[in-house]
Amino acid sequence: MQIYLPIAEVSVNAFLLLGLGGIVGVLSGMFGVGGGFLMTPLLFFIGIPPAVAVATEANQIVASSFSGVLAHLRRKTVDLRMGTVLLVGGLIGAAIGVVIFNYLKALGQVDLLVKLCYVLFLGVVGSLMFVESLNAIRRAKRPGARPQRKKHNWIHALPFKMKFRVSGLYISVIPPVIVGITVGILAAIMGVGGGFIMVPAMIYLLGMPTKVVVGTSLFQIIFVTAFTTLLHATTNFTVDIALAVLLLIGGVIGAQIGTQIGVKMKAEQLRILLAIMVLAVCGKLAFDLLVMPSELYSIGFEGH
Amino acid sequence: MLRLALALLLIITPAMAEEVVLGLSQDEVAINATFDGDDILIFGAVKREKAIPEGPLEVIVTVAGPSEPLTVRRKDRRLGIWVNVDAVVIDEAPSFYAVASTGPLEEVLSNTEDLRHKITINRAIRFVGAPQGISDSGSFTEALIRIRKEADLYQTLEEAVDIAQQTLFRTQINLPANLVEGGYKTRIFLTRGGKVIDTYERVLDVRKVGLERWLYNMAHETPLLYGLMSLAIAIAAGWGASAAFRVIKG
Repeated sequence: MQIYLPIAEVSVNAFLLLGLGGIVGVLSGMFGVGGGFLMTPLLFFIGIPPAVAVATEANQIVASSFSGVLAHLRRKTVDLRMGTVLLVGGLIGAAIGVVIFNYLKALGQVDLLVKLCYVLFLGVVGSLMFVESLNAIRRAKRPGARPQRKKHNWIHALPFKMKFRVSGLYISVIPPVIVGITVGILAAIMGVGGGFIMVPAMIYLLGMPTKVVVGTSLFQIIFVTAFTTLLHATTNFTVDIALAVLLLIGGVIGAQIGTQIGVKMKAEQLRILLAIMVLAVCGKLAFDLLVMPSELYSIGFEGH
Repeated sequence: MLRLALALLLIITPAMAEEVVLGLSQDEVAINATFDGDDILIFGAVKREKAIPEGPLEVIVTVAGPSEPLTVRRKDRRLGIWVNVDAVVIDEAPSFYAVASTGPLEEVLSNTEDLRHKITINRAIRFVGAPQGISDSGSFTEALIRIRKEADLYQTLEEAVDIAQQTLFRTQINLPANLVEGGYKTRIFLTRGGKVIDTYERVLDVRKVGLERWLYNMAHETPLLYGLMSLAIAIAAGWGASAAFRVIKG
């Protein structure tokens, strides 16, 4: 069934959009990523104009993250306090990021920078996670092996300590705020919710348990993407509500299924799957940059 | 008196040898939610007061969507990666362009007439000049035409106009699903020996209707409300799915 999208001004297959939304929704519920870094290129591929794809994707992520968070709240795997601290940092970072983005845009070649950013971060984050979770799986298989103890390091010596009961942490608020700011800056430059950077940062830098990380990440993604949606709707008029509805119907259902799958899996399995997915996207982007494209020319509308 | 005026008018206006009388199957194309492209039938007749002159009569039909300025970029290899290097601004390119004719365009239309009336796709694109440092600016317009032809946005339909007894003609233009709103200028050219002997012009109105229209207007006129509505739908859908799954799980 073909549907004509009022803002994107293209006609697309409704079932294709429902399916895409569903798949990304499952990943979102499982891993706590918004899925923007997967969905946006897919939307480009089926012919949605880039500006509409980016803006509408933000709106769809609000829906699937909200659906996912509700499922996690019932399981009490959302650290609301940690989420709020990260969110405060994230919003500050996003504001800084927008300034940096505009500066780079003035210099030109911002597209290339975004792509290189993606390849670099996805590559580093994906490889680190892959190696770590592979080691964790090996350790778990060896009988009698003791689980690694949490290390005490300089992070625990910082002031402004706060109790994060759900995460089982008693640490200073400075590291989470810094993580939030960094992710916010990157998210604004790269045009995504930042889940795929936030999740590993929470696991490895803050030492949060993987199960709590997913729900907490989704919690802060809701606010970041809601803010982005409003920004796009009021400045660029590029949110396509018809496209969003089709994507989010699939997305919210997928997020519920994803959460159920996530609960049944072991933490290290979850991490290794996320690592593989991140590496796959990284590989695709690197491939596009390195291999000669079949069409060297592209059409852009003036002023975009 | 009236008779005299009429007689004078007839003398003053040079009698048109051959003239187009046109019909369109529809005056407007309505884009609704399930719009999946549309076929428009363009038909007409040639009115003449004298006997049919020598040589075959040819008909060219063009349909042009609203024009807009574009930037065409070209990638090149720099430090091992493919990046956009050169860019050429096209001053005006129609968002849609179809040219249908009774025969091959180079036969039914002379170069000078094409230049004057801007009939072929290459002429319909307005392009002033390339920036310094780009010598092969022609390849940019070629690329634009190639990309749009693949998307069915630019169509050259030679021998797609049927003409009967040098008088009645008809053709069908297929409008693809990814149409842009606006006035689509429809032109008919009668040619004989490559020369244009009569033209006719009419505008086909392509516009969004119903829900599409309403959403588009809302997004542009009350963007904040539209954004909030999008968020409300997202939150409601997220909550709805969560509630539904809770019910299913019992």
